[in-house]
Amino acid sequence: MNADKVKHGGLWTALFTVVSLAWVFPIVLVVINSFKQKAYISKNAFSLPAGKAFVGFENYVRGVETTDFFASFGWTLLITVGSVLLILVCTSMCAWWIVRVNNWAAKLLYTLFLFNMIVPFQMVMFTLSKIADMLKLNTPWGLCIVYLGFGAGLAVFIFTGVIKGIPVELEESAMIDGASVPRIFFQIVVPIMKPSIVSVAILEAMWIWNDYLLPYLTLDLGKYKTISVAVQYLKGGYGSVDMGAMMACLVLAIIPIIIFYLICQKYIVKGVMAGAVKG
Amino acid sequence: MVSMAGKAIRKWWALFALPTFAAFIIGFVVPFIMGVYLSFCEFTTVTDGEFVGLKNYVKALGDKEFLHALGFSTAFTIVTTIVINVVAFFIAYMLTKTIKGSTIFRSVFFMPNLIGGIILGYIWLLLLNGILAHWSRALTYSATYGFWGLVILVCWQQIGYMMIIYIAGMQALPTDVLEAAQVDGASGTQTMFKIIIPLMMPSITVCSFLTVTNGFKLYDQNLALTNGAPSNMSEGLAMNITRTFYGRMGWEGVGQAKAVLFFILVAVIALIQNKLTTSKEVAA
Repeated sequence: MNADKVKHGGLWTALFTVVSLAWVFPIVLVVINSFKQKAYISKNAFSLPAGKAFVGFENYVRGVETTDFFASFGWTLLITVGSVLLILVCTSMCAWWIVRVNNWAAKLLYTLFLFNMIVPFQMVMFTLSKIADMLKLNTPWGLCIVYLGFGAGLAVFIFTGVIKGIPVELEESAMIDGASVPRIFFQIVVPIMKPSIVSVAILEAMWIWNDYLLPYLTLDLGKYKTISVAVQYLKGGYGSVDMGAMMACLVLAIIPIIIFYLICQKYIVKGVMAGAVKG
Repeated sequence: MVSMAGKAIRKWWALFALPTFAAFIIGFVVPFIMGVYLSFCEFTTVTDGEFVGLKNYVKALGDKEFLHALGFSTAFTIVTTIVINVVAFFIAYMLTKTIKGSTIFRSVFFMPNLIGGIILGYIWLLLLNGILAHWSRALTYSATYGFWGLVILVCWQQIGYMMIIYIAGMQALPTDVLEAAQVDGASGTQTMFKIIIPLMMPSITVCSFLTVTNGFKLYDQNLALTNGAPSNMSEGLAMNITRTFYGRMGWEGVGQAKAVLFFILVAVIALIQNKLTTSKEVAA
Protein backbone atom coordinates (compact mmCIF):
# COMPACT_ATOMS: atom_id res chain seq x y z
CA MET A 1 0.00 0.00 0.00
CA ASN A 2 3.04 2.22 -0.02
CA ALA A 3 2.55 2.63 -3.72
CA ASP A 4 -0.60 4.73 -3.71
CA LYS A 5 -0.20 8.42 -3.25
CA VAL A 6 -2.47 10.34 -0.92
CA LYS A 7 -4.87 12.81 -2.43
CA HIS A 8 -3.81 16.39 -1.63
CA GLY A 9 -0.37 15.11 -0.52
CA GLY A 10 1.01 18.61 -0.09
CA LEU A 11 -1.86 19.65 2.13
CA TRP A 12 -1.34 16.67 4.41
CA THR A 13 2.38 17.32 4.61
CA ALA A 14 1.67 20.88 5.63
CA LEU A 15 -0.85 19.76 8.23
CA PHE A 16 1.52 17.20 9.70
CA THR A 17 4.27 19.80 9.82
CA VAL A 18 2.07 22.07 11.90
CA VAL A 19 1.08 19.20 14.22
CA SER A 20 4.73 18.15 14.59
CA LEU A 21 5.70 21.65 15.60
CA ALA A 22 2.89 21.65 18.17
CA TRP A 23 4.19 18.26 19.35
CA VAL A 24 7.64 19.60 20.24
CA PHE A 25 6.31 22.90 21.57
CA PRO A 26 6.05 21.81 25.25
CA ILE A 27 9.74 20.93 25.27
CA VAL A 28 10.73 24.13 23.51
CA LEU A 29 8.71 26.04 26.08
CA VAL A 30 10.64 24.42 28.92
CA VAL A 31 13.95 25.32 27.23
CA ILE A 32 12.82 28.94 26.82
CA ASN A 33 11.72 29.19 30.43
CA SER A 34 14.92 27.70 31.76
CA PHE A 35 16.63 30.99 30.88
CA LYS A 36 14.08 33.16 32.68
CA GLN A 37 14.08 34.49 36.19
CA LYS A 38 11.80 32.32 38.30
CA ALA A 39 9.25 35.02 39.05
CA TYR A 40 8.63 35.49 35.32
CA ILE A 41 8.10 31.79 34.70
CA SER A 42 4.85 31.45 36.61
CA LYS A 43 3.67 34.95 35.71
CA ASN A 44 3.93 34.53 31.97
CA ALA A 45 5.17 31.20 30.69
CA PHE A 46 4.93 32.27 27.06
CA SER A 47 7.07 35.39 27.13
CA LEU A 48 10.59 35.26 25.78
CA PRO A 49 13.55 35.56 28.15
CA ALA A 50 14.35 39.16 27.22
CA GLY A 51 15.45 42.16 29.25
CA LYS A 52 15.08 41.79 33.00
CA ALA A 53 13.64 38.30 32.72
CA PHE A 54 16.80 36.85 31.16
CA VAL A 55 19.17 35.29 33.68
CA GLY A 56 21.54 33.28 31.49
CA PHE A 57 22.59 30.03 33.07
CA GLU A 58 21.75 31.09 36.62
CA ASN A 59 18.87 28.58 36.85
CA TYR A 60 21.15 25.81 35.67
CA VAL A 61 23.78 26.58 38.28
CA ARG A 62 21.17 26.67 41.04
CA GLY A 63 19.35 23.59 39.74
CA VAL A 64 22.51 21.52 39.52
CA GLU A 65 23.57 22.62 43.01
CA THR A 66 20.29 22.00 44.83
CA THR A 67 19.63 18.61 43.27
CA ASP A 68 23.25 17.50 42.96
CA PHE A 69 22.18 16.74 39.43
CA PHE A 70 25.35 15.19 38.09
CA ALA A 71 25.53 12.71 40.96
CA SER A 72 21.92 11.69 40.26
CA PHE A 73 22.77 11.41 36.59
CA GLY A 74 25.68 9.13 37.43
CA TRP A 75 23.61 6.91 39.70
CA THR A 76 20.80 6.69 37.15
CA LEU A 77 23.32 5.74 34.46
CA LEU A 78 24.93 3.14 36.72
CA ILE A 79 21.61 1.62 37.75
CA THR A 80 20.31 1.54 34.17
CA VAL A 81 23.44 0.10 32.57
CA GLY A 82 24.05 -2.34 35.43
CA SER A 83 20.46 -3.59 35.52
CA VAL A 84 20.17 -3.91 31.74
CA LEU A 85 23.42 -5.86 31.47
CA LEU A 86 22.42 -8.13 34.33
CA ILE A 87 18.96 -8.67 32.86
CA LEU A 88 20.36 -9.44 29.39
CA VAL A 89 22.94 -11.97 30.57
CA CYS A 90 20.81 -13.72 33.19
CA THR A 91 17.44 -13.84 31.42
CA SER A 92 18.85 -14.91 28.04
CA MET A 93 20.60 -17.83 29.75
CA CYS A 94 17.50 -18.64 31.73
CA ALA A 95 15.28 -18.49 28.64
CA TRP A 96 17.57 -20.87 26.77
CA TRP A 97 17.53 -23.27 29.71
CA ILE A 98 13.73 -23.12 29.86
CA VAL A 99 13.24 -23.83 26.14
CA ARG A 100 15.82 -26.59 25.81
CA VAL A 101 15.16 -28.43 29.08
CA ASN A 102 11.38 -28.09 28.84
CA ASN A 103 10.55 -30.33 31.84
CA TRP A 104 7.98 -29.56 34.55
CA ALA A 105 10.37 -27.22 36.40
CA ALA A 106 11.09 -25.23 33.25
CA LYS A 107 7.39 -25.01 32.40
CA LEU A 108 6.51 -23.86 35.91
CA LEU A 109 9.22 -21.23 35.79
CA TYR A 110 7.95 -19.97 32.44
CA THR A 111 4.37 -19.73 33.75
CA LEU A 112 5.60 -17.74 36.74
CA PHE A 113 7.42 -15.31 34.45
CA LEU A 114 4.27 -14.85 32.35
CA PHE A 115 2.32 -14.19 35.53
CA ASN A 116 4.89 -11.58 36.54
CA MET A 117 4.03 -9.49 33.46
CA ILE A 118 0.44 -8.84 34.49
CA VAL A 119 1.11 -7.91 38.14
CA PRO A 120 1.05 -4.14 38.72
CA PHE A 121 3.86 -2.70 40.81
CA GLN A 122 1.52 -1.50 43.59
CA MET A 123 0.81 -5.15 44.41
CA VAL A 124 4.38 -5.82 45.57
CA MET A 125 5.44 -2.24 46.28
CA PHE A 126 5.31 -2.33 50.07
CA THR A 127 6.63 -5.86 50.66
CA LEU A 128 9.34 -5.53 48.01
CA SER A 129 10.72 -2.30 49.45
CA LYS A 130 10.79 -3.77 52.96
CA ILE A 131 12.49 -6.97 51.81
CA ALA A 132 15.03 -4.98 49.79
CA ASP A 133 15.73 -2.98 52.93
CA MET A 134 16.20 -6.09 55.07
CA LEU A 135 18.54 -7.70 52.53
CA LYS A 136 20.55 -4.46 52.24
CA LEU A 137 19.61 -4.11 48.59
CA ASN A 138 19.04 -0.37 49.10
CA THR A 139 22.15 0.56 47.10
CA PRO A 140 22.38 1.12 43.33
CA TRP A 141 24.05 -2.30 43.00
CA GLY A 142 21.36 -3.99 45.03
CA LEU A 143 18.72 -2.23 42.97
CA CYS A 144 20.10 -3.95 39.86
CA ILE A 145 19.19 -7.30 41.44
CA VAL A 146 15.72 -6.03 42.29
CA TYR A 147 15.26 -4.91 38.68
CA LEU A 148 16.41 -8.31 37.46
CA GLY A 149 13.83 -9.94 39.70
CA PHE A 150 10.87 -7.69 38.95
CA GLY A 151 11.69 -7.11 35.28
CA ALA A 152 12.56 -10.69 34.33
CA GLY A 153 9.11 -11.55 32.95
CA LEU A 154 9.13 -9.51 29.75
CA ALA A 155 12.76 -10.34 28.93
CA VAL A 156 12.31 -14.08 29.42
CA PHE A 157 9.09 -13.97 27.41
CA ILE A 158 10.69 -12.27 24.40
CA PHE A 159 13.83 -14.44 24.54
CA THR A 160 11.96 -17.76 24.78
CA GLY A 161 9.95 -16.74 21.73
CA VAL A 162 13.16 -16.19 19.77
CA ILE A 163 14.93 -19.32 21.01
CA LYS A 164 11.99 -21.53 20.08
CA GLY A 165 12.69 -20.54 16.47
CA ILE A 166 16.35 -21.60 16.59
CA PRO A 167 16.83 -25.20 15.34
CA VAL A 168 18.24 -27.40 18.10
CA GLU A 169 20.27 -29.42 15.57
CA LEU A 170 22.76 -26.59 15.40
CA GLU A 171 23.53 -26.95 19.08
CA GLU A 172 23.52 -30.75 18.97
CA SER A 173 26.09 -30.90 16.21
CA ALA A 174 28.33 -28.55 18.17
CA MET A 175 27.87 -30.81 21.16
CA ILE A 176 28.97 -33.83 19.14
CA ASP A 177 32.03 -31.86 18.13
CA GLY A 178 32.81 -31.61 21.84
CA ALA A 179 31.86 -28.02 22.66
CA SER A 180 30.87 -27.37 26.28
CA VAL A 181 27.37 -26.13 27.16
CA PRO A 182 28.37 -22.56 28.09
CA ARG A 183 30.47 -22.33 24.93
CA ILE A 184 27.54 -23.44 22.79
CA PHE A 185 25.35 -20.81 24.35
CA PHE A 186 27.74 -17.90 24.07
CA GLN A 187 29.25 -18.76 20.68
CA ILE A 188 26.27 -20.18 18.80
CA VAL A 189 23.02 -19.13 20.44
CA VAL A 190 23.86 -15.56 21.52
CA PRO A 191 24.94 -14.39 18.03
CA ILE A 192 21.63 -15.65 16.62
CA MET A 193 19.71 -13.87 19.40
CA LYS A 194 21.47 -10.54 18.82
CA PRO A 195 18.55 -8.52 17.35
CA SER A 196 16.25 -9.53 20.19
CA ILE A 197 18.95 -8.73 22.75
CA VAL A 198 19.11 -5.18 21.39
CA SER A 199 15.30 -4.90 21.54
CA VAL A 200 15.13 -6.11 25.13
CA ALA A 201 17.99 -3.81 26.11
CA ILE A 202 16.09 -0.82 24.70
CA LEU A 203 12.79 -1.74 26.34
CA GLU A 204 14.32 -2.37 29.76
CA ALA A 205 16.55 0.72 29.55
CA MET A 206 13.54 2.95 28.75
CA TRP A 207 11.73 1.56 31.77
CA ILE A 208 14.58 1.65 34.28
CA TRP A 209 15.99 5.05 33.30
CA ASN A 210 12.59 6.69 33.80
CA ASP A 211 11.32 4.65 36.72
CA TYR A 212 10.37 6.66 39.77
CA LEU A 213 8.61 4.60 42.45
CA LEU A 214 10.94 1.62 42.71
CA PRO A 215 14.13 3.64 43.27
CA TYR A 216 12.22 6.11 45.44
CA LEU A 217 11.01 3.34 47.77
CA THR A 218 14.08 1.12 47.67
CA LEU A 219 17.14 3.35 47.56
CA ASP A 220 18.77 4.92 50.59
CA LEU A 221 17.74 8.42 49.48
CA GLY A 222 20.21 10.17 51.74
CA LYS A 223 23.01 8.77 49.60
CA TYR A 224 21.59 7.96 46.20
CA LYS A 225 18.95 9.58 44.02
CA THR A 226 17.96 8.94 40.43
CA ILE A 227 17.11 11.82 38.10
CA SER A 228 13.35 11.32 38.46
CA VAL A 229 13.65 11.24 42.25
CA ALA A 230 15.89 14.33 42.28
CA VAL A 231 13.45 16.29 40.11
CA GLN A 232 10.54 15.29 42.32
CA TYR A 233 12.56 16.44 45.36
CA LEU A 234 12.69 19.94 43.91
CA LYS A 235 9.07 20.21 44.79
CA GLY A 236 9.15 21.24 48.44
CA GLY A 237 7.02 19.73 51.15
CA TYR A 238 4.27 22.34 50.85
CA GLY A 239 4.07 22.55 47.10
CA SER A 240 6.56 25.38 46.77
CA VAL A 241 8.70 24.91 43.70
CA ASP A 242 11.73 26.82 42.51
CA MET A 243 10.46 26.96 38.93
CA GLY A 244 13.77 28.25 37.58
CA ALA A 245 15.79 25.36 38.95
CA MET A 246 13.01 23.00 37.92
CA MET A 247 13.08 24.14 34.28
CA ALA A 248 16.87 23.83 34.16
CA CYS A 249 16.75 20.30 35.58
CA LEU A 250 14.02 19.28 33.14
CA VAL A 251 16.18 20.44 30.24
CA LEU A 252 19.21 18.62 31.64
CA ALA A 253 17.11 15.47 32.06
CA ILE A 254 15.80 15.62 28.50
CA ILE A 255 19.08 16.33 26.67
CA PRO A 256 20.69 12.90 27.19
CA ILE A 257 17.45 11.19 26.18
CA ILE A 258 17.25 13.15 22.92
CA ILE A 259 20.88 12.36 22.12
CA PHE A 260 20.29 8.67 22.85
CA TYR A 261 17.18 8.76 20.69
CA LEU A 262 18.96 10.37 17.74
CA ILE A 263 21.69 7.73 17.85
CA CYS A 264 19.59 4.61 18.49
CA GLN A 265 16.31 5.54 16.82
CA LYS A 266 16.27 2.52 14.51
CA TYR A 267 16.76 0.09 17.39
CA ILE A 268 14.25 1.84 19.61
CA VAL A 269 11.51 1.49 17.00
CA LYS A 270 12.37 -2.19 16.58
CA GLY A 271 12.38 -2.68 20.33
CA VAL A 272 8.91 -1.19 20.64
CA MET A 273 7.63 -3.48 17.91
CA ALA A 274 9.13 -6.51 19.69
CA GLY A 275 7.55 -5.39 22.96
CA ALA A 276 4.14 -5.17 21.32
CA VAL A 277 3.73 -8.92 21.66
CA LYS A 278 3.55 -8.46 25.43
CA GLY A 279 0.37 -9.70 27.02
CA MET B 1 10.90 -36.37 24.43
CA VAL B 2 13.81 -34.42 25.79
CA SER B 3 16.44 -33.81 23.16
CA MET B 4 20.07 -34.73 23.62
CA ALA B 5 20.92 -31.07 24.04
CA GLY B 6 18.19 -30.75 26.65
CA LYS B 7 19.68 -33.53 28.77
CA ALA B 8 23.13 -31.98 28.69
CA ILE B 9 21.83 -28.48 29.40
CA ARG B 10 19.64 -29.58 32.30
CA LYS B 11 22.68 -30.26 34.47
CA TRP B 12 23.77 -26.65 34.08
CA TRP B 13 20.75 -25.25 35.91
CA ALA B 14 22.87 -23.60 38.60
CA LEU B 15 24.61 -21.42 36.05
CA PHE B 16 21.79 -20.79 33.59
CA ALA B 17 18.54 -20.69 35.53
CA LEU B 18 19.49 -20.05 39.13
CA PRO B 19 20.63 -16.39 39.03
CA THR B 20 17.42 -15.19 37.39
CA PHE B 21 15.34 -17.48 39.54
CA ALA B 22 16.95 -16.30 42.79
CA ALA B 23 16.45 -12.63 41.89
CA PHE B 24 12.92 -13.44 40.78
CA ILE B 25 12.17 -15.02 44.17
CA ILE B 26 13.46 -11.92 46.00
CA GLY B 27 12.08 -9.35 43.59
CA PHE B 28 8.73 -10.89 42.84
CA VAL B 29 7.60 -14.26 44.23
CA VAL B 30 8.15 -13.59 47.94
CA PRO B 31 6.84 -9.99 47.85
CA PHE B 32 3.79 -11.17 45.94
CA ILE B 33 2.91 -14.05 48.30
CA MET B 34 3.57 -11.89 51.36
CA GLY B 35 1.48 -9.16 49.79
CA VAL B 36 -1.49 -11.47 49.38
CA TYR B 37 -1.09 -12.77 52.94
CA LEU B 38 -0.64 -9.31 54.47
CA SER B 39 -3.81 -8.07 52.81
CA PHE B 40 -5.59 -10.18 55.46
CA CYS B 41 -3.48 -8.73 58.27
CA GLU B 42 -3.00 -5.60 60.28
CA PHE B 43 0.63 -4.52 60.15
CA THR B 44 3.06 -1.64 60.08
CA THR B 45 6.00 -3.58 58.68
CA VAL B 46 6.22 -6.94 56.94
CA THR B 47 7.10 -8.99 60.03
CA ASP B 48 4.42 -7.92 62.51
CA GLY B 49 1.32 -9.01 60.61
CA GLU B 50 -1.68 -9.99 62.70
CA PHE B 51 -4.44 -11.91 60.96
CA VAL B 52 -7.71 -9.95 60.81
CA GLY B 53 -9.62 -11.75 58.05
CA LEU B 54 -11.49 -9.65 55.50
CA LYS B 55 -11.49 -6.48 57.59
CA ASN B 56 -9.05 -4.68 55.29
CA TYR B 57 -11.18 -5.47 52.24
CA VAL B 58 -14.31 -4.19 53.93
CA LYS B 59 -12.48 -1.01 54.88
CA ALA B 60 -11.04 -0.62 51.37
CA LEU B 61 -14.42 -0.97 49.67
CA GLY B 62 -15.96 1.42 52.18
CA ASP B 63 -13.32 4.06 51.50
CA LYS B 64 -15.03 6.81 49.49
CA GLU B 65 -11.72 8.16 48.16
CA PHE B 66 -10.80 4.71 46.85
CA LEU B 67 -14.09 4.41 45.01
CA HIS B 68 -13.63 7.93 43.67
CA ALA B 69 -10.14 7.00 42.45
CA LEU B 70 -11.59 3.90 40.79
CA GLY B 71 -14.14 6.07 38.99
CA PHE B 72 -11.47 8.60 38.05
CA SER B 73 -9.17 5.90 36.66
CA THR B 74 -11.99 4.19 34.77
CA ALA B 75 -13.16 7.41 33.11
CA PHE B 76 -9.56 8.37 32.39
CA THR B 77 -8.81 4.96 30.86
CA ILE B 78 -11.89 5.00 28.63
CA VAL B 79 -11.15 8.48 27.29
CA THR B 80 -7.42 7.93 26.74
CA THR B 81 -7.88 4.49 25.17
CA ILE B 82 -10.32 5.82 22.59
CA VAL B 83 -8.44 9.02 21.78
CA ILE B 84 -4.97 7.45 21.66
CA ASN B 85 -6.00 4.53 19.48
CA VAL B 86 -8.11 6.50 17.02
CA VAL B 87 -5.49 9.21 16.58
CA ALA B 88 -2.55 6.79 16.48
CA PHE B 89 -4.34 4.61 13.93
CA PHE B 90 -5.11 7.61 11.75
CA ILE B 91 -1.56 8.97 11.92
CA ALA B 92 -0.14 5.52 11.17
CA TYR B 93 -2.48 5.20 8.18
CA MET B 94 -1.45 8.57 6.80
CA LEU B 95 2.25 7.97 7.37
CA THR B 96 2.28 4.58 5.63
CA LYS B 97 0.93 6.31 2.57
CA THR B 98 3.51 8.43 0.87
CA ILE B 99 3.61 11.72 2.66
CA LYS B 100 6.81 13.69 2.29
CA GLY B 101 8.96 13.55 5.40
CA SER B 102 7.00 10.77 7.08
CA THR B 103 10.16 9.49 8.81
CA ILE B 104 10.66 12.82 10.51
CA PHE B 105 7.01 13.01 11.60
CA ARG B 106 7.27 9.50 12.98
CA SER B 107 10.35 10.41 15.03
CA VAL B 108 8.72 13.54 16.39
CA PHE B 109 5.51 11.79 17.44
CA PHE B 110 7.40 8.99 19.15
CA MET B 111 9.85 11.14 21.08
CA PRO B 112 7.78 11.90 24.23
CA ASN B 113 7.78 8.19 25.10
CA LEU B 114 11.41 8.26 26.02
CA ILE B 115 10.88 10.91 28.67
CA GLY B 116 10.00 9.76 32.18
CA GLY B 117 6.58 10.33 33.72
CA ILE B 118 7.82 12.72 36.40
CA ILE B 119 9.63 14.91 33.86
CA LEU B 120 6.61 14.85 31.52
CA GLY B 121 4.36 15.88 34.37
CA TYR B 122 6.38 18.99 35.13
CA ILE B 123 6.72 19.90 31.44
CA TRP B 124 2.93 19.96 31.10
CA LEU B 125 2.45 21.63 34.46
CA LEU B 126 4.33 24.61 33.03
CA LEU B 127 2.41 24.66 29.76
CA LEU B 128 -1.09 24.06 31.14
CA ASN B 129 -0.68 26.46 34.06
CA GLY B 130 0.70 28.98 31.60
CA ILE B 131 -2.47 28.71 29.51
CA LEU B 132 -4.83 28.68 32.51
CA ALA B 133 -3.08 31.77 33.89
CA HIS B 134 -4.99 33.81 31.29
CA TRP B 135 -8.12 33.13 33.32
CA SER B 136 -6.18 33.41 36.62
CA ARG B 137 -6.69 29.74 37.29
CA ALA B 138 -4.33 26.83 37.89
CA LEU B 139 -4.55 23.10 37.27
CA THR B 140 -5.31 22.53 40.92
CA TYR B 141 -8.42 24.69 40.68
CA SER B 142 -10.69 21.73 40.06
CA ALA B 143 -10.47 18.00 39.42
CA THR B 144 -11.90 18.49 35.93
CA TYR B 145 -8.84 20.53 34.96
CA GLY B 146 -6.59 17.87 36.42
CA PHE B 147 -8.46 15.13 34.57
CA TRP B 148 -8.21 16.77 31.15
CA GLY B 149 -4.66 17.87 31.84
CA LEU B 150 -3.70 14.26 32.45
CA VAL B 151 -5.63 13.14 29.37
CA ILE B 152 -3.73 15.61 27.18
CA LEU B 153 -0.39 14.64 28.72
CA VAL B 154 -0.91 10.90 28.33
CA CYS B 155 -2.22 11.23 24.76
CA TRP B 156 0.82 13.31 23.86
CA GLN B 157 3.05 10.66 25.39
CA GLN B 158 1.48 7.47 24.08
CA ILE B 159 0.11 8.29 20.62
CA GLY B 160 3.61 7.89 19.18
CA TYR B 161 4.12 4.51 20.78
CA MET B 162 0.86 3.06 19.51
CA MET B 163 1.50 4.68 16.12
CA ILE B 164 4.70 2.62 15.80
CA ILE B 165 2.80 -0.61 16.51
CA TYR B 166 0.06 0.32 14.01
CA ILE B 167 2.63 1.21 11.36
CA ALA B 168 4.26 -2.21 11.83
CA GLY B 169 0.85 -3.83 11.39
CA MET B 170 -0.02 -1.81 8.29
CA GLN B 171 3.28 -2.51 6.60
CA ALA B 172 2.58 -6.23 7.03
CA LEU B 173 -0.86 -5.99 5.36
CA PRO B 174 -1.03 -8.24 2.28
CA THR B 175 -0.91 -5.98 -0.78
CA ASP B 176 -2.74 -8.49 -3.03
CA VAL B 177 -5.90 -8.29 -0.94
CA LEU B 178 -5.87 -4.49 -1.05
CA GLU B 179 -5.26 -4.50 -4.77
CA ALA B 180 -8.08 -6.98 -5.29
CA ALA B 181 -10.42 -4.67 -3.39
CA GLN B 182 -9.37 -1.78 -5.57
CA VAL B 183 -9.90 -3.78 -8.76
CA ASP B 184 -13.35 -4.83 -7.54
CA GLY B 185 -14.18 -1.17 -7.09
CA ALA B 186 -14.42 -0.98 -3.31
CA SER B 187 -14.69 2.56 -2.00
CA GLY B 188 -12.18 4.00 0.44
CA THR B 189 -14.54 3.60 3.40
CA GLN B 190 -15.36 0.04 2.42
CA THR B 191 -11.68 -0.88 2.16
CA MET B 192 -11.04 0.68 5.55
CA PHE B 193 -13.90 -0.95 7.46
CA LYS B 194 -14.23 -4.25 5.62
CA ILE B 195 -10.57 -5.04 4.97
CA ILE B 196 -7.99 -2.92 6.75
CA ILE B 197 -9.58 -2.79 10.21
CA PRO B 198 -10.43 -6.53 10.37
CA LEU B 199 -6.90 -7.40 9.26
CA MET B 200 -5.47 -4.97 11.80
CA MET B 201 -7.33 -6.56 14.72
CA PRO B 202 -4.18 -8.10 16.28
CA SER B 203 -2.49 -4.67 16.45
CA ILE B 204 -5.69 -3.04 17.67
CA THR B 205 -6.09 -5.49 20.55
CA VAL B 206 -2.45 -5.15 21.58
CA CYS B 207 -2.65 -1.35 21.55
CA SER B 208 -5.98 -1.25 23.37
CA PHE B 209 -4.63 -3.58 26.01
CA LEU B 210 -1.51 -1.47 26.47
CA THR B 211 -3.47 1.78 26.72
CA VAL B 212 -6.02 0.29 29.12
CA THR B 213 -3.40 -1.11 31.50
CA ASN B 214 -1.30 2.04 31.24
CA GLY B 215 -4.40 4.06 32.07
CA PHE B 216 -5.04 2.17 35.27
CA LYS B 217 -1.38 1.99 36.26
CA LEU B 218 -0.79 5.73 35.77
CA TYR B 219 1.20 7.09 38.69
CA ASP B 220 4.24 9.26 37.90
CA GLN B 221 2.39 11.71 35.66
CA ASN B 222 -0.42 11.93 38.20
CA LEU B 223 2.05 12.68 40.98
CA ALA B 224 3.93 15.35 39.08
CA LEU B 225 0.99 17.07 37.39
CA THR B 226 -1.67 17.29 40.08
CA ASN B 227 -0.59 15.22 43.08
CA GLY B 228 -4.28 14.57 43.59
CA ALA B 229 -5.16 18.24 44.07
CA PRO B 230 -7.66 19.55 44.92
CA SER B 231 -8.15 17.35 48.01
CA ASN B 232 -7.43 14.01 46.27
CA MET B 233 -10.14 14.58 43.68
CA SER B 234 -7.77 14.15 40.71
CA GLU B 235 -6.22 10.99 42.05
CA GLY B 236 -6.10 7.70 40.14
CA LEU B 237 -6.09 4.16 41.55
CA ALA B 238 -2.33 3.64 41.66
CA MET B 239 -1.88 6.92 43.46
CA ASN B 240 -4.64 6.22 45.96
CA ILE B 241 -3.06 2.88 46.83
CA THR B 242 0.39 4.39 47.26
CA ARG B 243 -1.01 7.14 49.47
CA THR B 244 -2.86 4.60 51.59
CA PHE B 245 0.42 2.76 52.22
CA TYR B 246 2.63 5.70 52.96
CA GLY B 247 0.33 8.55 53.82
CA ARG B 248 -1.95 7.10 56.50
CA MET B 249 -0.58 5.50 59.65
CA GLY B 250 -2.15 2.14 60.43
CA TRP B 251 -3.68 1.80 56.98
CA GLU B 252 -0.95 -0.42 55.48
CA GLY B 253 -3.25 -3.44 55.54
CA VAL B 254 -5.99 -1.56 53.74
CA GLY B 255 -3.44 -0.39 51.18
CA GLN B 256 -2.40 -3.97 50.56
CA ALA B 257 -6.03 -5.07 50.22
CA LYS B 258 -6.59 -2.29 47.67
CA ALA B 259 -3.46 -3.45 45.84
CA VAL B 260 -4.82 -7.00 45.62
CA LEU B 261 -8.12 -5.69 44.21
CA PHE B 262 -6.12 -3.57 41.76
CA PHE B 263 -4.11 -6.62 40.69
CA ILE B 264 -7.31 -8.64 40.14
CA LEU B 265 -8.70 -5.83 37.98
CA VAL B 266 -5.56 -5.69 35.82
CA ALA B 267 -5.38 -9.50 35.60
CA VAL B 268 -9.00 -9.74 34.42
CA ILE B 269 -8.31 -7.15 31.70
CA ALA B 270 -5.25 -9.13 30.63
CA LEU B 271 -7.27 -12.36 30.42
CA ILE B 272 -10.00 -10.68 28.37
CA GLN B 273 -7.39 -9.27 26.02
CA ASN B 274 -5.82 -12.69 25.65
CA LYS B 275 -9.21 -14.20 24.70
CA LEU B 276 -9.87 -11.43 22.20
CA THR B 277 -6.47 -11.73 20.53
CA THR B 278 -6.91 -15.43 19.95
CA SER B 279 -10.53 -15.26 18.75
CA LYS B 280 -10.68 -12.05 16.67
CA GLU B 281 -7.72 -12.72 14.46
CA VAL B 282 -8.67 -12.86 10.81
CA ALA B 283 -6.59 -14.71 8.29
CA ALA B 284 -6.06 -12.90 5.02
